[in-house]
Amino acid sequence: MGETILFYIFGGLALLMVFLTVVQKNPVASALCLVLALFNLAGLYVLLMAPFVAVMQVLVYAGAIMVLFIFVIMLLKLRDQDLIDDQVTLPKLISLPLAALFIYILVKKFLTLGPLAFPPVDANFGAPKEVAGVLFSKYLIPFEITSILLLVAIIGVVLLAKKESR
Amino acid sequence: MEFNAQFINLIPLLPLAGAVVNGAVALKVSRSRLHDNTIKCPENFSAFVGCLFPILSFLLTAWAFLNLRDIPEGKIATDAVLPWLSTPLLNVSFGFLFDHLSSVMTLVVTGVGSLIHIYSRGYMHDDEGFSRFFAYLNFFLFFMLLLVLGDNLLVLFVGWEGVGLCSYLLIGFWFTDIAKAQCGKKAFVANRVGDFGFLIGLFLIIFTFISGAQGTDLRFLNYDFLNAHKDLLAPLATAITLCLFVGATGKSAQIPLYVWLPDAMAGPTPVSALIHAATMVTAGVYMVARLFFVFAMAPITLHVIATIGLITAIVAALIAITQYDIKKVLAYSTVSQLGYMFLALGVGAPQAAIFHVVTHAFFKACLFLGSGSVIYACHHEQDIRHMGGLLKKIPLTGITFLVSTIAIAGIPPFAGFFSKDEILWHVYASGYKTYYVLALLAAGLTAFYMFRLFAYTFLGKFRGHEVHHVPFAMNLPVGILGVLAVVGGLMGIPEVLGGHNHFHHWLHELTAGLPALEGDHHTELMLMGVSAAWALLLSLTSLALYSRNLNWTKNIKIKLNPIYQLMNNKFYVDEIYNALIIQPIKSISDAVLWKVADVKLVDGILVHGWANLSRFMAMVVVRVHSGLTSQYAAIIIIGLLAMLYVVVR
Amino acid sequence: MEITVVHYLILSAAMFGLGLWGVVLRKNLLIVFMCIEIMLNAANLTFVALARYFGKVEAHVVVFFVMAVAAAEAAVGLAIVIMMYRNRQTIRTDEWKIMGG
Repeated sequence: MGETILFYIFGGLALLMVFLTVVQKNPVASALCLVLALFNLAGLYVLLMAPFVAVMQVLVYAGAIMVLFIFVIMLLKLRDQDLIDDQVTLPKLISLPLAALFIYILVKKFLTLGPLAFPPVDANFGAPKEVAGVLFSKYLIPFEITSILLLVAIIGVVLLAKKESR
Repeated sequence: MEFNAQFINLIPLLPLAGAVVNGAVALKVSRSRLHDNTIKCPENFSAFVGCLFPILSFLLTAWAFLNLRDIPEGKIATDAVLPWLSTPLLNVSFGFLFDHLSSVMTLVVTGVGSLIHIYSRGYMHDDEGFSRFFAYLNFFLFFMLLLVLGDNLLVLFVGWEGVGLCSYLLIGFWFTDIAKAQCGKKAFVANRVGDFGFLIGLFLIIFTFISGAQGTDLRFLNYDFLNAHKDLLAPLATAITLCLFVGATGKSAQIPLYVWLPDAMAGPTPVSALIHAATMVTAGVYMVARLFFVFAMAPITLHVIATIGLITAIVAALIAITQYDIKKVLAYSTVSQLGYMFLALGVGAPQAAIFHVVTHAFFKACLFLGSGSVIYACHHEQDIRHMGGLLKKIPLTGITFLVSTIAIAGIPPFAGFFSKDEILWHVYASGYKTYYVLALLAAGLTAFYMFRLFAYTFLGKFRGHEVHHVPFAMNLPVGILGVLAVVGGLMGIPEVLGGHNHFHHWLHELTAGLPALEGDHHTELMLMGVSAAWALLLSLTSLALYSRNLNWTKNIKIKLNPIYQLMNNKFYVDEIYNALIIQPIKSISDAVLWKVADVKLVDGILVHGWANLSRFMAMVVVRVHSGLTSQYAAIIIIGLLAMLYVVVR
Repeated sequence: MEITVVHYLILSAAMFGLGLWGVVLRKNLLIVFMCIEIMLNAANLTFVALARYFGKVEAHVVVFFVMAVAAAEAAVGLAIVIMMYRNRQTIRTDEWKIMGG
């Protein structure tokens, strides 16, 4: 019962926040709405017995990535003319129908699946220990490669973003 | 050496060889002229080669002729030189037939042709295109011989077209002068119009036999085949013969397609002599004579031919009286004499027509070559008002010219009398009494204007600048032709005068199976006397009038000015054709075919249209490449949706 | 009503659709990036929900990797945005059309 209410609260808020992210003019406001959306998602993860993922979401996504976003927004001195967007173009017109169609197809399909209740699982289902057990045994190599990827990204970013030296 | 039928094949091929050799020489000379101008026209070599082959052909022909006299079937057929078309529907091969008719024509072509080649050596001396001239002339002989020696209509047609081509090349020989080149073009186009009719006739013949009623023999166009199956041609005979006659009017310069012949005088005089007097223009007469068994089945066509021949004879004579260019007078005279030949054919006397072909070849070629000598002597002056008194200055030319003039006037016993008289007799005896009177009048006109020409050119005082000496190489052929003009008629002396009329008997099978002419000897003699006297009268009158005062017609011209203008301006036929046919075609070509069909349709739609279509499509398609990320994203999503739909369905 | 996996799937589809809409709609490059992040998150949600449904923890590992990659991608993307801004002082996508033809 409580789960249901929590699902609707977190889910509804997440959707609302995402919607606001998309439609806001001010990029900072968008970013902040997105942060909130991520928090709500983290809540949903907890409901789904994925505590490790939830914490990762808050730490990495909301904590690092979005902060980076906000830093960059602040860095770029966006003038008003960058923000106005009143031209009616074809992509603009077509975007909503496309998205609606997309959602419609998927939802239609999902609804035909029938009620698929969650089977009961072990209490330790999404615990860090469990995840780590899989991560460092079966998926060790992708883990290492991901770290190299991050290294490469860091180097790339530094190279790209540093000031031009005279 | 025994005469072999295969030698006949050589008769046309020898001039072809000469044409090839001289053609190669001419090409080399012109190429050198383009680069460094080191090679000069090898006149002696070209003339030697150019004259040698025709003379050899003539000797071969003479030899073949002598052999032909002993052959009872009356023909030597050679094996086909080349098979040409052998299809399930039609079988035609390149074969030659040397029978009585073609032997006569071939002798004339090669004989007179050789003389003219010899003459050209002198006339074309120092001309830039000397070798080219002989190449063309030999080429012409080749085609003409194909025409007369072919054993089927298709080989005749090849020769027919070929002589048209050579006529064009030779008339426009001095093509750097635009006017002369256009005369060549006019000849070719007029010929072509006639050839269209000829082709329709050929198609009709093939159409008759294509149904297979005659059995398995597929050689539709061979003469012997046509003769054997002529009853099958009877229903379409009038149509076929009329169409073939249209071709003849083009080639032999009858009304309405004669307009090219006077303009053809723009070519060198030997060309006028050979092509437009002796040989090419007689091709139409030959064709009708050859196919006379078909024409005999179409009395309407024969009537048409006779009428057109007569009208042509009269109209041309009327124009000739007023002309002042020596070659133009002779050209119209040729048209007029050709009219006589067709008149003879039309009343059913092909032998008389061919006889006149032969005698006409002699005296007309002599006249033309003589006029060439005159032009040469007067430094290329052609207006007879600037000549005169040449009889004393170039006597040999003058005498031969006089002899030929007497011949063409029809004064006995020279050649023209016998042939012309035979034609007149046949006209009368076939019942065409009015035609006879008119033809007689035209004969009188002929005598009149020819002696007018003679008087203007050779009598009286010299009105020009300077007279050149005429070389022997030019005088010799003229002399030989003059002699022939005198004695040539003797082979056709009619029985009524005690002769045997060898000529008529030689060609008697042209009218085999047709009703013979009825006529009474007394009438024949009387008419003969009438025509002789009439010709003599008008000749002497003309001489008297013109030798006394060349301008005696001045008052007549003023009083009858409209009629005079009409005659002097060739009855404005060229102008009429220009207005009725040529200008409309030109303006239609310009307004419709060029501006609409070519510019708008072909250029506009077929060329620019596709280009514009491409450009238009490109301009539409290029909008996909806008560079806008959101647009690209949208397109990706559309694709994604499509895939999703397929997967999820 | 009990919450089934279908609810989560529908929710995630809706989020993804909203993010999709945003990518095509918005002209500000930074917001476009954020919408891409939204889409990634929607995918993550799907993974976690299905992990719970099937009872396999491997999906959590996948989510982990997705987050790592998203981080790297966001960093590099934002560095590029900074460079673009340095070049033309604008980050509107309709100004950046040099690949157009």
